[in-house]
Amino acid sequence: MDSTALVAVENLSRYYQKNCAINELSFSLQPGEVLGFLGPNGAGKSTTMQVITGNLAPSEGRVKINGFDIIESPRQAKQQIGYLPEHPPVYREATVDEYLKYCAQLRRVERRSIAGALSQCKSHCGLNEVGHRLIANLSKGYQQRVGIAQAIIHNPPVVILDEPTVGLDPIQIREIRSLINTLGAKRSVILSTHILSEVQATCDRVLIIREGKLIYSASIEDLKNHSKDHSITVAFKHPPSIDRLKAIDQVELIEVIDNNRFRLNFKSDSPAESLVQASVEQNWGLFELVPEHTSLEDLFIELTQDKTAADNTEVEG
Amino acid sequence: MIFTIARREITTMFLSPLAWVILGVIQVVLGYMFLSLLDNYAILQPQLMRLENTPGVTDIVVAPLFQLTAIILLMIMPLITMRSFAEEKRNKTLSLLISSPLSMTEIVLGKFLGLLLFVLILVSLLMLMPLSLYVGTALDTGKLFSIYLSTLLLLGSFAAIGLYLSSLTDNQTIAAVSTFGALLMLWIIDWVGETIGDGQSVAAYLSILQHHQSMLEGVFNSSDLAYYLILIATFLGLTIRQLDRERLL
Repeated sequence: MDSTALVAVENLSRYYQKNCAINELSFSLQPGEVLGFLGPNGAGKSTTMQVITGNLAPSEGRVKINGFDIIESPRQAKQQIGYLPEHPPVYREATVDEYLKYCAQLRRVERRSIAGALSQCKSHCGLNEVGHRLIANLSKGYQQRVGIAQAIIHNPPVVILDEPTVGLDPIQIREIRSLINTLGAKRSVILSTHILSEVQATCDRVLIIREGKLIYSASIEDLKNHSKDHSITVAFKHPPSIDRLKAIDQVELIEVIDNNRFRLNFKSDSPAESLVQASVEQNWGLFELVPEHTSLEDLFIELTQDKTAADNTEVEG
Repeated sequence: MIFTIARREITTMFLSPLAWVILGVIQVVLGYMFLSLLDNYAILQPQLMRLENTPGVTDIVVAPLFQLTAIILLMIMPLITMRSFAEEKRNKTLSLLISSPLSMTEIVLGKFLGLLLFVLILVSLLMLMPLSLYVGTALDTGKLFSIYLSTLLLLGSFAAIGLYLSSLTDNQTIAAVSTFGALLMLWIIDWVGETIGDGQSVAAYLSILQHHQSMLEGVFNSSDLAYYLILIATFLGLTIRQLDRERLL
């Protein structure tokens, strides 16, 4: 594990009685990185986050935050973290201002800088208009924002968000995502979710875990390369014979969908250009050409459902 | 940090109607009892005049009033302490405190101090009734102080026990009922001692109201003080241990 990592998790295991929730998990978070934590329900995402933030004790292994061990020096370690649990821990009977001020005090923000921190984090999370309202009367989306606000009010280097967009409407989801993106510019963020597009939209690196084990770890760039398209669907008004299609450069396999439609699998480069050319020259009447993406979703399903595939693609962070 | 949590606790208590209702109801009930005790005293007074070493108004009115206070609050305190941890667990807000840079000791002491502040307000309000007697008569200040201190210590012990039982569950009703049971047991535990016929038995020492009784009489015994302090420390220690243990489960 390199020493510059903000969060270093080493061989972390966690058992609930005999149930193993996390199994020998190791990863690290670099400064300025947004790490997506992906996995099906019950994979151990929340448990891992609870262990990192000191809400649960690890059964085995170590967690270091900015060099501080969460078990040996919990106070210094927790000072480095802002944590939004699955359910935002908000006091319903308090107003947004009261609550955030209390959070700032709990995180030992200096008395004279509390007002500044409060207004800054409120404008950051779009809470300026609701400062005087009771949290109980706010909508779910606003409560979620209050939850994020309490996680960043003390300006921590690491922000940990457990499913921040659950239960929100699409507009709110977009707002929270852009909020996460602005957070990621200054801080390191760990984000857990089971929504794949969220990871693609916000994260620099993704970890996929299943049954408490890390089964895939890669940067989003790698992931995009991994999910590069390997097939296209084409449709012709005057379909040529299969042999003639096969003759086109790069085309490997042809699947007939119906009379006019074909799915073409290719090796590395897309045959689209030569296809169009051939179609024009021989008047096949090409009217549809759709590249098919093997998306993150496919990868996710492949990894989380197929055990043998998971073992083969295991990559160390 | 402890004071920050305590202030939050007391604010939360007074934001809900429960604290106000409890203060109001106790004040009305004990006010009525105070008046009836005063009435009694007015009837007894001519006979008392003839005795030597007569017990004063402090002994005849104030001490019984605070004995009743102890019994009534034995029933009411569980309702005040029940929400301490049980509500936070139910609403899943406890992780705010746990993931903040605080030790468990600070969290528990903060909660306890919040309860103690409420108790202080409660007892101080009740104390206004005997203090009003200063208008017409002289009171035994030393005894009055002893009564005040005793009631605070007693309710502090109730609060510590309630805090612990509230940390065991996420259900407020269960916390309240079990606290009530525990307090009741601590009251009646010496009834066994009486039937055995040994007034100095362990059971008698354990009984919480025995200690209150002797302090109400103005006997300031260090063993009574030790009893309360040990009780409070034990249950606060157990609460800290319980919260720490929950992270391991």
